[in-house]
Amino acid sequence: MQGLLAEYLPILLFLGVATAFSLIMIGAAVLVARQNPDPAKLAAYECGFDAFGDSRGQFDVRFYLVAILFIIFDLEVAFLFPWAISLGGIGLFGFWSMMIFLGVLTVGFVYEWKKGALEWE
Amino acid sequence: MANPWPDNGLLTLVWFVLCILAVMLPVVLAVAFVIYFDRKIWAAMQLRRGPNVVGPFGILQSFADGIKLVLKETVVPASANKGVFFIAPVLTFVLAMVAWAVIPWGYINGVKLVISDINVGILYLFAISSLGVYGIIMSGWASNSRYPFLGGLRSAAQMVSYEVSIGFVLITVLLCVGSLNLSDIIEAQRNMWFFIPLFPMFIIFLISALAETNRPPFDLPEAEAELVAGYQVEYSSMTFAMFWLGEYANILLMCAMISILFFGGWLPPFAFLDFIPGPIWLILKIAVFFFVFSWVKAAVPRYRYDQLMRLGWKVFLPISLGAVVVVSGFLVAFDLLPNKG
Repeated sequence: MQGLLAEYLPILLFLGVATAFSLIMIGAAVLVARQNPDPAKLAAYECGFDAFGDSRGQFDVRFYLVAILFIIFDLEVAFLFPWAISLGGIGLFGFWSMMIFLGVLTVGFVYEWKKGALEWE
Repeated sequence: MANPWPDNGLLTLVWFVLCILAVMLPVVLAVAFVIYFDRKIWAAMQLRRGPNVVGPFGILQSFADGIKLVLKETVVPASANKGVFFIAPVLTFVLAMVAWAVIPWGYINGVKLVISDINVGILYLFAISSLGVYGIIMSGWASNSRYPFLGGLRSAAQMVSYEVSIGFVLITVLLCVGSLNLSDIIEAQRNMWFFIPLFPMFIIFLISALAETNRPPFDLPEAEAELVAGYQVEYSSMTFAMFWLGEYANILLMCAMISILFFGGWLPPFAFLDFIPGPIWLILKIAVFFFVFSWVKAAVPRYRYDQLMRLGWKVFLPISLGAVVVVSGFLVAFDLLPNKG
């Protein structure tokens, strides 16, 4: 256990070093350059016009749908990782269990497709 | 890498930080040159000269751009969410860097060159590259402006769509290897590089990598003709530079992943070329794939958004899902699986 976790210490350090590097760079730019803000400069960019309305308005529900579909399939991939590694040890029973699982998911996928959840126009 | 002072905690930390800098600084420097080469290759394909003023052949162009960016004012829009606005570029940069911790560079004098040889290396890479979408969606939201918002939305949907097929492609490779460790994946290719048996998977991975890194022809999040620059519109100075560094470091990372998964990582193409050290082979392969990325940028027109989503969900997803079934079925039927219990 000790050795296993020790492998992750450099990654933690890497996180720290990279964060420090980027913060120093951004901080240096803020310190070095002359800051001279004015209201027109700080307004949200909309090709020179004054921004009208809130930019966080409604957006297409399909983006939401794609996110939900992604969760399903990404979970499936997460299931497949350990299965792919251990397939040699679990034999035919393991193989067919996963095939049935994939089959069930494919039925769901076909349903989405027929319902038009994947259509963009 | 082997730690020369295993007993002394403080010196061990110093050694790790030195190793980390030995990987991170070359990657940042490589990004500077790679941006230059990208512009140069692009220019050459359009019969232009490209950057040719700063330094010999314009090779210092990226550094001039970097110094210019440091000296620029950091504009923070009045309506932006200030905290998230600054976290987004830092996150993009940090995630693009941290992924390099597990990339194995091969052996020199019998010492394996890798910062952290964790046994779930490929899972770690997959997780880190998935997190990359947060930087973009946070910048799109925090800017509180229309173009970044639309760019962030598009980018998030696009990246998650192609991530699924990347996941399935990884599974087909793992079926042939039987380990999540990147060094094991490379060693498994000693007899035959995986792009030969898994050629269709390599093509799907290459195209998905283009989509995942928002490169042309899939650069819709920053489509300059309609969204100006997408999620980066409100960024200036070093915050903008962080996005660029992160973006190109991610492209290099994808090139490294293609080399490791399908082209034998640090292994030479022929055994008699063994005398050339591993890191040089890996860097050469990364350079070749970066050239392919640049080439595609110059040669292919931009996709429409509906075409992009159709390609991801209706073409790549069924094919890669089918490939998982076919590859695993083939390996089980002919009893070729690794790790037999």
